[in-house]
Amino acid sequence: MKENYLDNNATTKVDEAVFEEMRPYLCEFYGNPSSMHFFGGQVQKKVDEARKRVAALLGADPSEIIFTACGTESDNTAIRSALETFPDRRHIITTRVEHPAVLTLCRGLTKKGYRVTELGVDGAGRLDLDELKKAIDDDTAIVSVMWANNETGVVFPIEEIGAIVKEQGALFHTDAVQAVGKIPLNMATSTVDMLSLSGHKLHAPKGIGILYLRKGTPFRPFLVGGHQERSRRAGTENTAAIIALGKACEMAGEWLEDENTRVLGMRDRLEKELLAIIPHSRINGGGAQRLPNTLSIAFEFVEGEAILLLLSEKGICASSGSACTSGSLEPSHVLRAMGVPFTCAHGSIRFSLSRFTTDEEIDAVIRELPPIIQRLRQISPFGRELLK
Amino acid sequence: MWDYTDKVKEHFLNPRNVGDIPDADAVGEVGSLACGDALKLFIKLDDAKERIVQATFQTFGCGSAIASSSALTEMIKGKTLDEALAVTNQEIADYLGGLPEEKMHCSVMGQEALELAIVTYRGGPAPTHGHDHAHEQEGEVVCKCFGLTDGFLRKVIEQNRLHTAEQVTHFTKAGGACGGCIPQIKDIIAQVLGEQPAPPPKKQEKLTNLRKMQLIQEVLENEVRPQLWADGGDLELVDIAGSTVQIAFRKACAGCHSSGHTAKFVEQKLRDMVSSDIVVEEVEG
Repeated sequence: MKENYLDNNATTKVDEAVFEEMRPYLCEFYGNPSSMHFFGGQVQKKVDEARKRVAALLGADPSEIIFTACGTESDNTAIRSALETFPDRRHIITTRVEHPAVLTLCRGLTKKGYRVTELGVDGAGRLDLDELKKAIDDDTAIVSVMWANNETGVVFPIEEIGAIVKEQGALFHTDAVQAVGKIPLNMATSTVDMLSLSGHKLHAPKGIGILYLRKGTPFRPFLVGGHQERSRRAGTENTAAIIALGKACEMAGEWLEDENTRVLGMRDRLEKELLAIIPHSRINGGGAQRLPNTLSIAFEFVEGEAILLLLSEKGICASSGSACTSGSLEPSHVLRAMGVPFTCAHGSIRFSLSRFTTDEEIDAVIRELPPIIQRLRQISPFGRELLK
Repeated sequence: MWDYTDKVKEHFLNPRNVGDIPDADAVGEVGSLACGDALKLFIKLDDAKERIVQATFQTFGCGSAIASSSALTEMIKGKTLDEALAVTNQEIADYLGGLPEEKMHCSVMGQEALELAIVTYRGGPAPTHGHDHAHEQEGEVVCKCFGLTDGFLRKVIEQNRLHTAEQVTHFTKAGGACGGCIPQIKDIIAQVLGEQPAPPPKKQEKLTNLRKMQLIQEVLENEVRPQLWADGGDLELVDIAGSTVQIAFRKACAGCHSSGHTAKFVEQKLRDMVSSDIVVEEVEG
């Protein structure tokens, strides 16, 4: 069955050009960039080139790029580093809608005596910056706020937040895993001290990420050992994946306009048509600024896992904020933080597009989803009663 | 992705007996929109009001909830009310070729709706299940997120021989949201385990070495390990030399700072139930 892949916030296809770029660096040019001989040295040059390409996409200096294994490692490194470099400060600020890579870590740190403030969001998924102003003080070591939310696509006002953080002299970290390549970022004019990026969200392979570390920011490495990454992240470089990420970042810059025009247009068409065809449906985060590729839509009186299974039968790949898909029993923490009513929190589906998404795939969803919702509402006791 | 059996998928994609029965004899409704799953079961009896001639359902929930409901209606057709009451949640799961453990609560929901329908039809009080907020509940609410009472949890723990809080969550959803009631769930498990048939009396007579080893193993399996599981721990029997029992702690017990305390507990249990001269040694294993 041909897949209609609308789950790009989960992971993306490796671009063929990205794969071609990395291919020779597995079987052929497999040298260790730390080696003294020519064979390793030529790989070092490609790693340097990749670092420049990543830096260019972010408006950063190449020396500010640390390659890691994933977004989660970057998040953990940033937060732990801030706590170690500010040992007298015992307070962390984050949000209730962060990715588990940040939230689980912070909640764990409360058991080690740290004070953690989780900022709330309104019904549209927006932060209240006054809450941040009230929470932050001279005990705050780090503020970690995601650039864009993975489930709803809601974009946070990162520079406004950064300005507040800087007034208190705390460090500012942002998990930009979902934002990079979808909206323009420029570290040269930013208040961000540290930023996490993940390769597999922008058409590079899994298992590669970066931590952007602004020059002059105090830092303690998470992994210690060899001198790789200027002793900021020990461990032999994942050279092929680093080279792939460099190419992927270069391409992301080239495709950014397409993302914000053509991809945005497809997302908006999908959103408009589904809302028009399917009664009792609503957009999660509809009132906020959102990523151009993400649509989180809630259908009342039906459950998300059942929707996903029936979509999957039709070859459509999406994701849900539903409890039942994850083995957890509550609807997603993001939707709950937004106060999405229980009548539809369990029936929320996320469609996430990429530059590889086609109009035919959007058509397939518009064609297949309405009868699926109708069918499940026929089975549901609530759907039947309320749709009479 | 869940590893559903073909039978679960088939019942989900082609559910049997969907809908209501306007002149149903018995109706059982459990769950709610807030809980994430709900089932309304309709039963029609024969003229003698003994045997189920038709059963239908309406379900809000995931794939396995719909499949479990479909299976339940197929299973109880043709049964007398007493036969239907004897259907267990495990039988519903078995009918479907098994459910992932995380999804066992779907089969429990089916069994609950069935029980509620029949007991209410017979004019009795609503059973102590707690899954349905609309009904009078007996016992104390343990899981506030899903409104589950201690009586209901105790029953599911006993019937399904559950021994960890995680299993209780998979079977009932209790503790699966905020997690605040997990300590209470552990207490209930410990109580249920404590009420299991009385342990064999302390052997006073001289035991043969073979018999002693057998008894030590039995006590570790049946008495000690279930209690450790309840706290996420485990142990392994490494060796028995005379009266010296060597054990190694696993999972949460391994490296736990109170493992010395746990070793003492194991020793006391073995002294009480096998022989008063037993010494327990903790070894790296």
